[in-house]
Amino acid sequence: MLLQRRFEEKVAEAYALGKIGGFCHLYIGQEAVGTGAISVLRDDDYVVTSYRDHGQALARGITPRAVMAELFGRSDGCSKGKGGSMHLFDRNTNFLGGHGIVGGHIPLATGVAFAIKYRGGDQVCLCFFGEAAVNNGAFHEALNMAALWKLPVIYVIENNRYGMGTALERASAINDIAERACSYDMPNEVVDGQDVFVVREAIARAVTRARKEHTPTLLEMRTYRFMGHSMSDAVSGTYRTKEELEEHMKRDPIEVLRGQMEEMGDWNDENMTTLDNEVREVVEDSWNFADNSPEPSIEALHENVLVDTTSDAEASAAVAGD
Amino acid sequence: MATKVVMEALSPTMEEGRLVKWLKNEGDQVKSGEPLAEVETDKAVMEIVARGDGILRKRLAAEGQTAPVGALIGVIGGSDEDIGALVGEGTKAEGSSGGANAGPPAQQAAAASVKPSKPSRAAEGIPSPQAEKTDPPSEDQAEVDVVDPDASGESGTADVDRDPASDQASGEDTAQAAGGRMGNAAPRHRPPSGAQPATEQPSHAERDGERPKSSPLARRLASEKGMDLQNVRGSGPAGRIIKRDIEAAATAQAASAGAGAVSNGPSAEHADFEDIPLSPIRKTIAKRLIQSIGPIPTFYLTAEFDMARASEMRSAMGEMGDEFKVSVNDIVMKAVAIALSRHPEVNAHWLGDRIRVFNRVHLGMAVAIPEGLITPVIFDADGKRMSQISVEARELAKRARDRKLKPEEYTGATFTVSNLGMFGIDQFTAIINPPESAILAVGSVEEKPVVVGGEVVARKRMRVTLSCDHRVIDGATGAKFLQTLRRLIENPLMMVY
Amino acid sequence: MPVITYRDALNQALREEMQRDDRVFLMGEEVGVYQGAYKVSKGLLQEFGEMRVVDTPITELGFAGVGVGAAMVGLRPIVEFMTWNFALLALDQVVNAAAKMLYMSGGQYPMPMVFRGPNGAALQLSAQHSQAWESWLAHIPGLKVLAPGTPYDAKGLLKSAIRDDNPVVFLEGEMLYNTKGEVPEEDYLVPIGKAELKREGEHCTIVSHGKMVLVAMQVADQLAKEGITIDVVDLRTIRPMDVDTVVTSVRKTNRAVVVEEGWEFCGVGAQVADYIQRECFDDLDAPVLRVHQADVPMPYAKAIEKAAKPDVRKTIDAVKRVMYLES
Repeated sequence: MLLQRRFEEKVAEAYALGKIGGFCHLYIGQEAVGTGAISVLRDDDYVVTSYRDHGQALARGITPRAVMAELFGRSDGCSKGKGGSMHLFDRNTNFLGGHGIVGGHIPLATGVAFAIKYRGGDQVCLCFFGEAAVNNGAFHEALNMAALWKLPVIYVIENNRYGMGTALERASAINDIAERACSYDMPNEVVDGQDVFVVREAIARAVTRARKEHTPTLLEMRTYRFMGHSMSDAVSGTYRTKEELEEHMKRDPIEVLRGQMEEMGDWNDENMTTLDNEVREVVEDSWNFADNSPEPSIEALHENVLVDTTSDAEASAAVAGD
Repeated sequence: MATKVVMEALSPTMEEGRLVKWLKNEGDQVKSGEPLAEVETDKAVMEIVARGDGILRKRLAAEGQTAPVGALIGVIGGSDEDIGALVGEGTKAEGSSGGANAGPPAQQAAAASVKPSKPSRAAEGIPSPQAEKTDPPSEDQAEVDVVDPDASGESGTADVDRDPASDQASGEDTAQAAGGRMGNAAPRHRPPSGAQPATEQPSHAERDGERPKSSPLARRLASEKGMDLQNVRGSGPAGRIIKRDIEAAATAQAASAGAGAVSNGPSAEHADFEDIPLSPIRKTIAKRLIQSIGPIPTFYLTAEFDMARASEMRSAMGEMGDEFKVSVNDIVMKAVAIALSRHPEVNAHWLGDRIRVFNRVHLGMAVAIPEGLITPVIFDADGKRMSQISVEARELAKRARDRKLKPEEYTGATFTVSNLGMFGIDQFTAIINPPESAILAVGSVEEKPVVVGGEVVARKRMRVTLSCDHRVIDGATGAKFLQTLRRLIENPLMMVY
Repeated sequence: MPVITYRDALNQALREEMQRDDRVFLMGEEVGVYQGAYKVSKGLLQEFGEMRVVDTPITELGFAGVGVGAAMVGLRPIVEFMTWNFALLALDQVVNAAAKMLYMSGGQYPMPMVFRGPNGAALQLSAQHSQAWESWLAHIPGLKVLAPGTPYDAKGLLKSAIRDDNPVVFLEGEMLYNTKGEVPEEDYLVPIGKAELKREGEHCTIVSHGKMVLVAMQVADQLAKEGITIDVVDLRTIRPMDVDTVVTSVRKTNRAVVVEEGWEFCGVGAQVADYIQRECFDDLDAPVLRVHQADVPMPYAKAIEKAAKPDVRKTIDAVKRVMYLES
C-alpha cells in the first residue's frame, strides 16, 4: 500500500513534468481495496479492472518498472507503451487489463469466469469497477448472466462516492448499491474499504464461494479517493467540499493499517521510516528505468493490430492455446 | 510580311481536308479574300481564301493530298520577300507528303510541320493586351493549371490547332500567362527538372478553357498512339473522349493511311477489287451511323397513307400551270412540318443529359449525292408555304449535288425526312441522325388493291416509317404524330385549315 | 458434389470446427433449445451440450463481452447475433474491446473469436431490422470482416474465421440462408482476404460482396445476352480487402461498378472506388459508379421497399452508364 502511495505521488510529479500524458487516474486513498482483495488470490486467478488501475497492477505483482515505463509510453512498459495509464496488461500475472469504458469490462470479466467454468477450473476472476458503473447496462447484463450460469466471478465495487464529479446520491436511485445484487439473487456485502483486513476477509468469503460453489458475489467497498478524478481534476473540485475531503482523509487506509500493526505490537516509527525509504528507492528506480527505456519503434505502430496469420491456422492456434 | 495559307476548319466537324484543286498558281497575285483553292471537307467542297495580299509564292500541298486542319499548305508573300523559314517548315511537309504517295501519312507530316511554329511564336513573348484582359494569371488558376499532370503530359503530343486564325493570339496569350504563373505559384509546384523557359509552357496552358474532356484511359491510349486529343471527337457525356473514340480515330487514321498506299501502289491496278479511299464525307457518315445504330435504342412505326386526295391536288395544281407544280415530297415536307409543330415532342434532340424540344421546325432533307448523303435544312419549315418549301427543296438539292452547300445550310435540323420513293422503294427504315430523335422514311406512291367499303379497289398508297429514339419518343407519341400526319396527307386541305 | 443451402453450409462449418477444437463454442440468443432463430445452429446443442451451445438472455452487449473475456483466456467463442441490427447494442464490445485488445495490451491478448449473424435487409422488416453494417465494422482496424455470398464460401470462410486468432466479423444474410450451391464434403478452407473472380468478362467489372454477389451474377447473365460480358469480383472478405484482384480486373475492363446493400455515404463501395482511382487511374474509361440502398431508412411498404434496394435493374443501368450505353 505504501508502494502504491509513493508510486502514485511520483506519477503525479512525472505528469506535472510532462513525462506522462493523456488521462491519468490515481489510486491514492483506495489502496486498501486493491491490496486487500488481490492479496487473497492465487497466481492462476484473474484480475480485470477499470482505468484506475496502477495500484491494482502493482498489487498483482507487475513490477513498478513495467508500470512506470508504460505510463511513460516506453517499449519496456507492461503493454509496450501502447496502452498507457488506462490499459495496463500483464499476461504473466493474469492481469487482464485496465479498461477505459465505464462498465464495459464487467461482461468481459464475466466471460473470463465463463471460461473457467467451461474448462472445469477452480480459479476466480476478480473484477473492479467504480460505483458509477452500477448504473450502466453492462453491469446488469453481466451480473444476470453470472448469477444465471453460476460463474466464479467476484465483482468489487470501489465506492469512492463520486463518478467523476457526480455524487452517488445524484446518480443512483438507491444508495446502498450492494443491494443491486438482490435483483440477481446474488450474495452481496457492504465492506469497509479503508481497512485492508476487512477487505481481505470479505474477499476470502467470496473467493471460497466462487471456488466451491461457482457462485458470483457483489461486494461494495466503501472507500474514498483523496485526489481528483484524474490529473486534470482539482483535488476537491466543485463537487465536494474541502471539509468533506479532510474528514475522509482522517481514515487514510495506510494510517489505519499502521495503527492496527502498532496495536499488534510489531510495528513502530523506525520500521515505518525504513520501509518508506525502501519504497521510495523502488519508486525512484522505476522512474529511472522508465526514463531510460526506449520509445516504441516506428515499426511498432503497425504491429499488433492483428495477429499475423499469414503462416495460417496451425501457428495461430498455438498463440491462444492457454 | 508573309502570310500563311493553312488548312482551315471549313465545317464544324472538319478535322482534315483534301485539297481538290488549286485555283491560283505560284507567282499569281492574290488579294485578301480571294479564293486560293478548293478543299473537300467532310461535308462539302469549300474554298480557302487568301488571308493577306501578295503573291502566292509557294504551294505546299499537292492536289489530292489530305492535310489536317491547321497544316501549312502555302505561303503568300512579297515578290522578293525571303520566305525560306516558312517554306522550310513546308518543305518538311512536302518532302514527306510527297509521302502521301510513297511515304508516311500526310497527316503526320503536316502535323509535324505545324508543331514547331508555336513555341517559336510564343518565344517572341509579345505581350498581348487581350491576354491581360481575359486571362489574368490569378494565383488560384495558376496552381490548378500548373499542377495538372495530364495537361503537361499531353503537351508532349503533336499539337495541332483547330483554328489557325486564333493561333497566334493564343500562343501569345500563353506565353504571357505562363510567365505570370512562373512569377507566382508555379515554382512551388514545378518539378526540379521543370525549370525551363516559358516556351515549354504554352502547349498546355493554351488549352485553358478548351481542353477536351477525356477519360484517363483515353488520355493514356492517345498518348501511346501518339494521337492528339484535339483531333478526336468525344462521344461520352458532355463530349468526353473515351476509349471507343480513340479506337475509332485510330482505325480511321490507319484506314486512310493504308488506303492511300494501296490505291497508289503499282499492284493495285489489276486487283480483283478496288480499294476506294474513304472520303471525308464517307468517314463522317460511318462515324455518325455507327453512333446511331449502337447507342440509340430505335424502334420503328410504319403506316400506309391513302394518297388519292394528294394526287388529285397535285394534278389539279399542275393543271394551273408549271409554276404551281408540287411534288409528292413537297406535300410530305409541308405536312411533316405542320405535324411537327403540333407534336413538338417528336421535334427534339437527345443531348445526353437532357432532351431539347424545339419550338421551331428545321426540316432536314436527305439528299443523295454521288459521294454519299447530305441533309440540307429547310429552316422554319412550319412557317413556310408549300410553294416556298418546294422552291427551297429543289434549290438545296441541286446545290447539294453540286457540292456547294455551306455548312450552315446542312446543320441545325430538328427532324429529317428521307425519301427514296423516286427509286421505287415502297418501304424502308432510315437511321436517325443524332442528336435528332426521329427520322421519317418515305416510300413510293403506288397503286394497290385496298378494301374500301367492303370492295377491293385500286388506290394510290404511300408507306412511311418513323424511326424513333426511344429515349425521347415513346410508341404512342410516335403513333400520334403519324396519326396527325395521316390526316394532313390524306386530306391536304387540312394544311390550309 | 452435394448441393446444400447456405444455412446448412454454415451449420456444417460450425459442427466441424466444434468437433475439431473443443475450445470453440457458440453463444447467442436462441442458438440452443430453439435450434437457432434461422436454424443455422440446428442440432448442435444435442451434439455438443449446453456448455458449448449457450443460450443467452437478450443481452447483446453482455454476451458479446462474455465472448471477449472468454477469448482473452484462450477459448474460441462464436458469438451469434440474431441479426446485426441487434449487435449495435454490443458494438462497444466489438469495437472497443475485441478490436483493440491485442493492440493496447502490446500484443499479449489476441482475440480468437467470431461475431456472426445475418446482415442487411430481408423482406418488409422495415427500418430497424433492415440494415447493412459492413462499412461500420470494416472501418475498424483490428477486425476482419467477411461477407460470403455462396454456400461454398460461407462454409470455407466460417471455418477459416473460427481458426483465425483475430476477431472476425462474419456477415450472413437472411435472404441467403435458403440459397443453394455446391459444397464439397471434404474439409476445406476459403482463405480470408482473397476475393474471387466469379465470372470472367471483358467489358465491365462489378465488385460486390455478400448477397449482392447474386445480383451481380444475374446482371452478368442478362447482359451476356446483349453481348456485354462482365468480370464479377466477389470480395468475400471486405477487410482485409483483396485490392489486387479488383485492380487486375479493372485494368482489364477499364470500368467498374460497385454494388452493396448498405447506404452510399462512406460505404464499402466508397473504399473500393478509392482503391480503383488510386491504382487504376490511367486505366479508367469512365468514373466508377456505385449501386446501393437509397439514402433513407428502409420503408415497410413493398413497392417503396423495392425502390430503396439495390437490384439487378439498377446495376444494369450503372453498367450501361459506365459503358456509355444508354439504357
